Amino acid sequence: MAVQFDLVSPERRLASAQATEVQIPGAEGDLTAMEGHAPTITTLRPGILKAVAADGTKTFIVTGGFAEITATSVSVLAERAVPVEEATPALMDSLVAELRDAAAGTDDKDAADKIMADMMAARRAIGQ
Amino acid sequence: MPSLKDLKNKIASVKNTRKITKAMQMVSAAKLRRAQEAAEAARPYAERMNAVMAGLSASVGTSASAPRLLAGTDKDQVHLLVVMTAERGLCGGFNSTIARLARVKANELLAQGKTVKILTVGKKGREQLRRDLEANMVGHVDLTDVKRVGYANAQGIAREVLTRFEAGEFDVATIFYNRFQSVISQVPTAQQIIPAKFEGATTSALYDYEPSEEAILADLLPRGVATQIFTALLENGASEQGARMSAMDNATRNAGDMIKKYTTIYNRSRQAAITKELIEIISGAEAL
Repeated sequence: MAVQFDLVSPERRLASAQATEVQIPGAEGDLTAMEGHAPTITTLRPGILKAVAADGTKTFIVTGGFAEITATSVSVLAERAVPVEEATPALMDSLVAELRDAAAGTDDKDAADKIMADMMAARRAIGQ
Repeated sequence: MPSLKDLKNKIASVKNTRKITKAMQMVSAAKLRRAQEAAEAARPYAERMNAVMAGLSASVGTSASAPRLLAGTDKDQVHLLVVMTAERGLCGGFNSTIARLARVKANELLAQGKTVKILTVGKKGREQLRRDLEANMVGHVDLTDVKRVGYANAQGIAREVLTRFEAGEFDVATIFYNRFQSVISQVPTAQQIIPAKFEGATTSALYDYEPSEEAILADLLPRGVATQIFTALLENGASEQGARMSAMDNATRNAGDMIKKYTTIYNRSRQAAITKELIEIISGAEAL
């Protein structure tokens, strides 16, 4: 009862392992993908991505991207993804600053505000 | 006939050159390995991205609400050529092959009465194209200070291209770079990025889309542009090191040949001088 979980960023493959479930911060709400999930493609909002496996749970901070879910695999393509152990306050600050820069360039203020709020919520969730 | 001293100096100087080219070759061999690894590491993301976008664009592409990045502006009057070259020379024909391809394309478009705008990445390409296409240049991205090309660099270029597109500055964008095949072969490539084109667009499994297909596509297309630029930058990086490696290998071998040739001449004229002196001594002795 496992799915193949891949997390790739443009520069490298961050994780590739078997997982029993993957919790994904989807743009329209969190979802958990397990074996036999209906094929879905969803965009991500900034948040926390968890891959639960028999030998432990891996947690990542993602700031956006999308996930492709099939019955047997979950591929997450994130532009920025950081393992939670490496998420120092300074790194989080730089992620926030990046999002803020990106938000400044868009006209859709509501969407930008939501992204910032999501990012702050993710930060609180890991206790920073 | 150069003097012995001149020949000696010449040999010493070519020996120094050989040392330098040999060192450069080894440096680029190491850099090539790193560049290839980077290109390899970036492949899964680019492949997935392409597959998903190809699937999406196959289903959305025909509808009237398709995003402009995919459908285009219904015109192809103004072309933006993004010419990516290296920041340094001494890498064989690497920079000139890209510049030549871009120049041919630009002239072709100009002959058809289209407007051509050129954005250069890397100063070598700018220098070469400035000679005859200076009036068409609209911008330049400097990567001189960048030691290792990262996704952030690609994003910067993509942002510049997308801003210009949104401002209506051009209709079609094409990137020019060298695709890496092997150390001795790099293929100059032109690739259209706006409007997006996908090869092998097959609608595979039926996916649920969250939010809608259009919303996902609109979100993905700008990322797709950045990904394509990033892939091109990495290919270019590997090609540059490969080209430099084989150019420097050639230079080292040429220097070796040259040293051999000059050493032969040097020995021969040294022997000639000795023989001449001997003859002078002997004939002087006989005259007594």
